[in-house]
Amino acid sequence: MTQYEAVIGLEIHAELMTRSKMFCGCRVVDSVEAPPNTAVCPVCLGMPGMLPVINRQAVEYAMRVALALNCTIQHHNIFARKNYFYPDLPKAYQISQYELPLGVNGWLDIELDSGETKRIGIRRVHMEEDTGKLTHLEDGGSLVDYNRSGVPLLEIVSEPDIRSGEEARAYAMKVRQILRYLGVNSGDMEKGVFRVEPNISVRPAGSQILGTRTELKNLNSFRSLAEGTAYEIARQIAVLRDGGQVVQETRGWHEGRRETFTQRVKEEAEDYRYFPEPDLPPLEIDNAWIERVRAELPELPDAKIARYRAEYGLTEYDARVLAEERAVAEWFETAVSIGSDPKTIANWIINDLFRLMNEHKQSITEIRISPHNLVELIQLVSNQTINNNTAKEVLAEMFTTGQPAQTIVQSRGLAQISDETTLRNLINQILVNHPEEVIAYRNGKQQLRGWFVGQVMKATRGQANPALVNKLLTQLLNTPSDNTNT
Amino acid sequence: MDVTTLTLTQLREALRRKEISSVEVTQAMLDRIVAADNEIQSYLTISDELALAQAAEADRRRAQGDDSPLLGVPVAIKDIICTKGIPTTAGSKILENFIPPYDAFVVEKLKDAGAVILGKTNTDEFAMGSSTENSAYVVTRNPWDKSRVPGGSSGGSAAAVAAHLAYAALGTDTGGSVRQPASFCGVVGLRPTYGRISRWGVIAFASSLDQVGTFGRTVADCTALFQVVAGYDRRDSTSLNVPVPDYEAALTGDIKGLRVGVPKEYFIEGIEPEVETAVRAAIAKLEELGAEIHEISLPHTRYALPAYYLIAPAEASANLGRYDGIRYGPRVPGKDMIDTVKQTRALFGPEVRRRIMLGTYALSAGYYDQYYGRALKVRTLIKNDFKTAFEKVDVIAAPVSPTTAFKIGERVNDPLSMYLADILTLPVNLSASCGLSVPCGFDSNGLPIGLQLIGDTLAEATILNVAYAYEQATSE
Repeated sequence: MTQYEAVIGLEIHAELMTRSKMFCGCRVVDSVEAPPNTAVCPVCLGMPGMLPVINRQAVEYAMRVALALNCTIQHHNIFARKNYFYPDLPKAYQISQYELPLGVNGWLDIELDSGETKRIGIRRVHMEEDTGKLTHLEDGGSLVDYNRSGVPLLEIVSEPDIRSGEEARAYAMKVRQILRYLGVNSGDMEKGVFRVEPNISVRPAGSQILGTRTELKNLNSFRSLAEGTAYEIARQIAVLRDGGQVVQETRGWHEGRRETFTQRVKEEAEDYRYFPEPDLPPLEIDNAWIERVRAELPELPDAKIARYRAEYGLTEYDARVLAEERAVAEWFETAVSIGSDPKTIANWIINDLFRLMNEHKQSITEIRISPHNLVELIQLVSNQTINNNTAKEVLAEMFTTGQPAQTIVQSRGLAQISDETTLRNLINQILVNHPEEVIAYRNGKQQLRGWFVGQVMKATRGQANPALVNKLLTQLLNTPSDNTNT
Repeated sequence: MDVTTLTLTQLREALRRKEISSVEVTQAMLDRIVAADNEIQSYLTISDELALAQAAEADRRRAQGDDSPLLGVPVAIKDIICTKGIPTTAGSKILENFIPPYDAFVVEKLKDAGAVILGKTNTDEFAMGSSTENSAYVVTRNPWDKSRVPGGSSGGSAAAVAAHLAYAALGTDTGGSVRQPASFCGVVGLRPTYGRISRWGVIAFASSLDQVGTFGRTVADCTALFQVVAGYDRRDSTSLNVPVPDYEAALTGDIKGLRVGVPKEYFIEGIEPEVETAVRAAIAKLEELGAEIHEISLPHTRYALPAYYLIAPAEASANLGRYDGIRYGPRVPGKDMIDTVKQTRALFGPEVRRRIMLGTYALSAGYYDQYYGRALKVRTLIKNDFKTAFEKVDVIAAPVSPTTAFKIGERVNDPLSMYLADILTLPVNLSASCGLSVPCGFDSNGLPIGLQLIGDTLAEATILNVAYAYEQATSE
């Protein structure tokens, strides 16, 4: 039987979180939350005689992304009109980039489940504007909200280098991670500020000829992206194996049935009648501007992971977890800079802090514990003021109250007992009170040692320094003479 | 004294000397409009109440010592330029009763300068036409012969100025729509360099060609209005960020040694002999005034018309897509959303539909390179023609239109002959130059003839001064 391989390219549309819209001064608002048509003006409503002005901040955000995706920035940028009619597009054309996009020839490395790294080519990154939103009513009427009209939108088009739903997911997640690192997009797929549309075709393995492709829409989670893509690959292979032909069309992903369905058949390529936007002169981007934006780029996840491993000796897993989100990475780095062992800090964050954050459904930016607080807690453990188990309790209390570790330890009297004389006297008292157990131990019942430790901890409400208790027990249990010298 | 016969410049002096108030002048003008405009039909909207309020305000400002350049001067505005609170229709049913919530840049400038806005003048629908007959509302008549067209598309403004129904007026010129009606109506009309005046608030026909222009009965009047509305505006990315010179001070009348180019391609077959005679006589007059006359060549002139009729409709086809009745303007209900849009778009007139179709075709996949792409290349050649010419000469003198005003109805069913009316004006729009029309006599029917003066990029002061010199030397 013929073996097939999938050929997938991803189109990602990401809104840019600029203060104002792409071509007018309107605020960029949360288009799900904001009351309809409250962030609109004559320009983004496409009223007669109104003209666009390019938002410089949007250009910089787009440059950040293009640079982070290893693209070449083109100096000479042309905006074009993409003409099509739909009531959510007030001018009946979208100002976009066509022949001369902002960024070209980029790439992004993704990590596969096998642990291998795969490089995905990025064909282009270009700037455009978002449309409004149409709501169809049950009675047949339609409502339109133009809050989103004119919001800066970035289109990121990959090369057809992706071969599976899982690769598609890995690539899209990595793009989203970078956008979030760059502070240009929240990555919220549910709200539609980050939209992924795969173009999928299959061909006999090894063939150089591309098969007929379908475009998949309505994917509002990474899971749907992976599943929908996998479904579509399987569907196309089944069509071909049955001797059929794949129809070029736009297909939707049905979230409930978890299958794809025909949305719109493209008899021929849509004709958008692109032509250069006469209302905007070419946007010239010089090297100085590019280099300034490049210099302001934050350290990106891959670079952080490499540095955490090399500089801090973290495991790949720990490094990856900490670098996942920029806010977490920065929290971690702040803690390290205050001064403590990076590995210990990493353990506390990954094992304990994350668990508390999950329990309380809080993100790193919301929690009341500062990196400084955690470092103080770690120091209380390392100077043996408290032991590890107590520290975990203290952390939980810090999390809910926001108090520093020292305050909690003091107010609750949790400090570890490390005074040798105190502990020696306490242990001697216990031995005196339990002569039978002492004799049994000395006669070889070694397992009783744990019982003695338990007695000490019980008497000190767990605050005895365990190492010291062990040392003293060894001395006192093994030297009978001490017993009588109390 | 009949104040309506004064030129803008004379009126300005009378207002300055407080011989007359703006309210008196405005009322006189409004009275004259009521009396005379039934015949001419130059106005679509008369904003009388607003005009009288502006006049009263101008008089108050004057009393407080204000002497803004157009303080208290009544002017008219082509109905394709947005005016806050005053209907702006672009001569189309699709914008019937549309009242913009904003002023165009040029209207802001007029208000700052203290001008009084009498109303909005007739235009071919979306400025598409050369006779103003394509207006969805009324047919404007040429004040010199009411059986004839005033030219277009700014025919309302040209006729209003010619008939003393405004002291000056704003128009727009995408392919000759200021100069050609100025020529037909015997007034002065300036089409500045693209970008000299912000297009903010000017309803777009063809964005890369549209430019606001000014009409006056004299060169000085036309210049006075231009002086006020010229300027850069950050809301129009295509406007030129270049200081506005003192155009009025540049009207010295001295053109000695000035090099005037006469392009042989502009004296084409089909040009009326009386037009050629008048224009050549005007050029001889310039020589008499001390200018040097040089024959020049603008070799790609004959390609301007086909290039223009690809570029302008292409841009228009995109610009007019927004008129769907959803957000503003009238809405014709249909059986569903898409049908409603279709029904509403049936409000477009036949010439507008023709150009939308032409433009849509020219931009279609597979035809782009052959039509729109090629037209852009021709445009570059035409630009270069002018660039080369302006290395040798300071201004170019030519006819404005091959003919004088034609009869109403004569060409309306023959689009090609209508398009030919702009054959000598639209090269300026395709290039980066500026042009004007100044009256240079009459034909045997008593119809005005215009002399076109074309200047290099931002050389408005030069062409205005040549026109001024000519006007001063020929006025009785």
